[in-house]
Amino acid sequence: MSLLEVRDLEVHFPIKAGTLFQRTVGAVKAVDGVDLDIEAGTTFGLVGESGCGKSTLGRAVMRLIEPTKGSVKLDGQDILSLSERRMRAVRRQFQMVFQDPMASLDPRQSVESLLTEPLRAHKFPGGSAGHAKRVRELLDVVGLPESVVNRYPHEFSGGQRQRLGIARALALNPALIIADEPVSALDVSIQAQVINLLKELQERFSLTYVVIAHDLAVVRHISKTVAVMYLGGIVEQAPSADLYRQPLHPYTKALMSAVPVPDPNVEETRSRILLQGDLPSPANPPAGCRFHTRCPWKQASRCDTERPTLRELPLVAPGHKVACHYAEDILAGKITPHEVKPEEVELTPAAEGPGSIEATEAHVAGGLTPGGPPGAR
Amino acid sequence: MSLLEVRDLSVTFTRSGQQPVRAVDGVSFDVAAGQSVGIVGESGSGKSVTSLAVMGLLPSRGVTVGGTVTLDGNELTSMDQRDLRDVRGRDVAMIFQDPMTSLNPVVTVGRQLTEVLTRHAGLGKGEAKAEAEQLLRRVGIPDPVRRLGEYPHQLSGGMRQRVMIAIAIACRPKLLIADEPTTALDVTIQAQILDLLRMLVAESGCGMIMITHDLGVVAGLCDDVHVMYSGRIVESAGTKDLFARPSHPYTDGLLQSIPRIDDDDPADLLHTIPGSARDTVPWDRGCAFQPRCERAVAECLSGPPPVAELGTPIVPHPVRCVRPVGEDVILHEGNVAR
Repeated sequence: MSLLEVRDLEVHFPIKAGTLFQRTVGAVKAVDGVDLDIEAGTTFGLVGESGCGKSTLGRAVMRLIEPTKGSVKLDGQDILSLSERRMRAVRRQFQMVFQDPMASLDPRQSVESLLTEPLRAHKFPGGSAGHAKRVRELLDVVGLPESVVNRYPHEFSGGQRQRLGIARALALNPALIIADEPVSALDVSIQAQVINLLKELQERFSLTYVVIAHDLAVVRHISKTVAVMYLGGIVEQAPSADLYRQPLHPYTKALMSAVPVPDPNVEETRSRILLQGDLPSPANPPAGCRFHTRCPWKQASRCDTERPTLRELPLVAPGHKVACHYAEDILAGKITPHEVKPEEVELTPAAEGPGSIEATEAHVAGGLTPGGPPGAR
Repeated sequence: MSLLEVRDLSVTFTRSGQQPVRAVDGVSFDVAAGQSVGIVGESGSGKSVTSLAVMGLLPSRGVTVGGTVTLDGNELTSMDQRDLRDVRGRDVAMIFQDPMTSLNPVVTVGRQLTEVLTRHAGLGKGEAKAEAEQLLRRVGIPDPVRRLGEYPHQLSGGMRQRVMIAIAIACRPKLLIADEPTTALDVTIQAQILDLLRMLVAESGCGMIMITHDLGVVAGLCDDVHVMYSGRIVESAGTKDLFARPSHPYTDGLLQSIPRIDDDDPADLLHTIPGSARDTVPWDRGCAFQPRCERAVAECLSGPPPVAELGTPIVPHPVRCVRPVGEDVILHEGNVAR
C-alpha cells in the first residue's frame, strides 16, 4: 500500500470582487484534480514551472492550505477529515523542507532553540536532557559540528542553513518529508552536497520524499518516480528513467529540451522545442487540454474540447502515464509538430476585463503561503 | 583590436573599522565584436562586480577601482560621469537578472523605451514611438501597440525581460552585458530568452558578456569562458576547450557536481566540492581554492599561484593553478612558461 494516497485533489482560491459586498466571481484553479500514490521509502519528484501549482499541491497535502475537494490518505488514514487538534498529532509524521532556509529559520533563535522547538511542541520523550541529546544527534546526522548549538542562522552559509532546515524536519522522525525546492537557492557546488545528504538520510532512516523542484536534472537524480505538472494538473508521470528517456507528453518534451546541458557539443546538436508565449492564467484555464494553446502537436479535434485524463499506455510504455489524447500517435511519429505563433498563444487566455484582476489575485493567493516553519502552528 | 579590453581590473570595498574587501582582483579579458564571452562563478566570486565596474556603475564612495577598461579605443575608467552616461545606454547596455526591480513600476513600458531613444539616439517623440514598436516586435512581443501603454506589473516575467532587452538594444549598443538574465525565469522561458539573445548578437554583431552561474547556459551561448573564483579568473578557454578539458580543479569539480538531464546512468551520489566559498585563503598567500581542493599540495600555499598556459598562442587556455587537472608536475614561476 502506498504511504500517501491523494485522490482528485482540488485547491481553488476564490476571486472576490465588489467593495462593499464581497462576492466570489471566480476561482484560481491552482490544483485541479490531482491523484498521487507515493510508496514508502521512495522519492517522488514533482516538476513544473512557476504557477503550475506544484507548491500548492505540496502544501495542500500537508493541509497547510486547505484543499477545496478530494482526499488525502497518509498510511490509510484520511487526514482531511481530522479535527485541527488530531491533525496536529498527525503533522509530526510529515515535515517540510523549504527553499530559502534564511526565510524559514527565525533569525533570532539559536540553533538549539530552533531544533528544540518541534521537540517541545510535539512532546518528544526524554525531557530537556533527552531534547539536548536529540539536538546533538540531529546536528551529527546532517553533518554539522556540535559546537554550533549556540549560533544563529546568519552565522551560517546557505548550504549549512539548508542542513539546519533538514535537521529540523528530521527532528520528530517523520515518515514523509516534502521538500519544496530544497536546493534551488544554493550554489552549484553546494547543491550537490545537499542532494547527497538527502539521499544518505533516506537510506539511513528509510524516509519517503516528495521533492518539488523546477530543475529537471536535480529531480532526475534523486527521484524514483517523476510527475510533470502543467496548470494545476499532472500531465505525465513515470519512473524517472523512462520519463527522461522517452517523454511522451508534448509539454514534457518541450520542458526537457529547454534545459541547458553543460556540454557545448550536446548543445550544438540536440533539437529544441521552443514553446511560445507564457503559462495561461489558472483563473481561466483553456478548455480541453490545458496545454493545447501552446502545443506544437495540437490537433483539430478533441484537444480544445475534451480534457485528457492521465492514462497508462500499457502497450507502448508500461507504467508510464500521460494525459494526452494523441500520445501514441506522437510517439509513433504519425503526427508531426507544427509551428505555433506567439500571437496565437497570446489570444487564448482571457486578457480582457477581469483577466488582469485575476492575475493579480493569483499572485496574492500565492503570497498568502509564506515559508513558515513546519508544524509550528 | 578587440571591442572591449579589460586589463588588470580590481575593485576594493572599504568600510571604516573593517578590513577592506577585494571583490575583484586583477581581472583581464577581451570581448571581440560579435563574440559572446561568459563569466562563470558562484555567489561572491566577483562576477557581477566585474560587470558593474566595466559599466562604471559602482558608487564612488568606499570603492576603489583599479586597472583599465577600454571600449573601442576609449578608456572608460578615466572618463567623467557625464561622458560615461553617454556611453552607457548608447555604446554599452546592460540586462539585469530581475526585470521587475530594474523597470520602473509606475512608468509605462512605452515611456521607458522611448526615453532611451530620445535621450541617446536623439529621436523625436513620434519617431521614438514608432521605433519602440519595432523594437518590441523584434524581441518577440505580440501586439506591441497595446503593450507600449501597459505597466511592468501587467507583463509576465519573460515578457518583462524581453522589454529590458528591447531597452538595452534600443540604441544598437556595441556591447551588451547580461548579468544572469534568465536566472529568475522558468526553463521554457529561459530557452526563449537565450534564443533571442543568440539571434540579436548574430544579427547586430555586438559583443556580449554573459554573467552566469549556469554552465549549461554558457555551453549553449558563449564562445569564450572565464571561470572566476574568489575575485580572480582561475581558468579561461574557448567554450568547447573548457568543457572538453577543464583544467582548474574548481572548474573540473563544478562540472562533475552538476546533475545532468541527459545522464542516462546517474551515479548514486554526486561528486561534491567540500566546504563552501567561505573557506578561502587570501590570494597573496596562496590559492583561494586550496582549502576545498582535492589536488591541493604544499606548494598551493607558497604565494600567489602562477598562471599556467595549457593551450597554444592561438588557442590560449590559461589556468591559475600549481597542479592543474591532468598535469603531474608541480608548476611554479620557473617552469610555468613552456
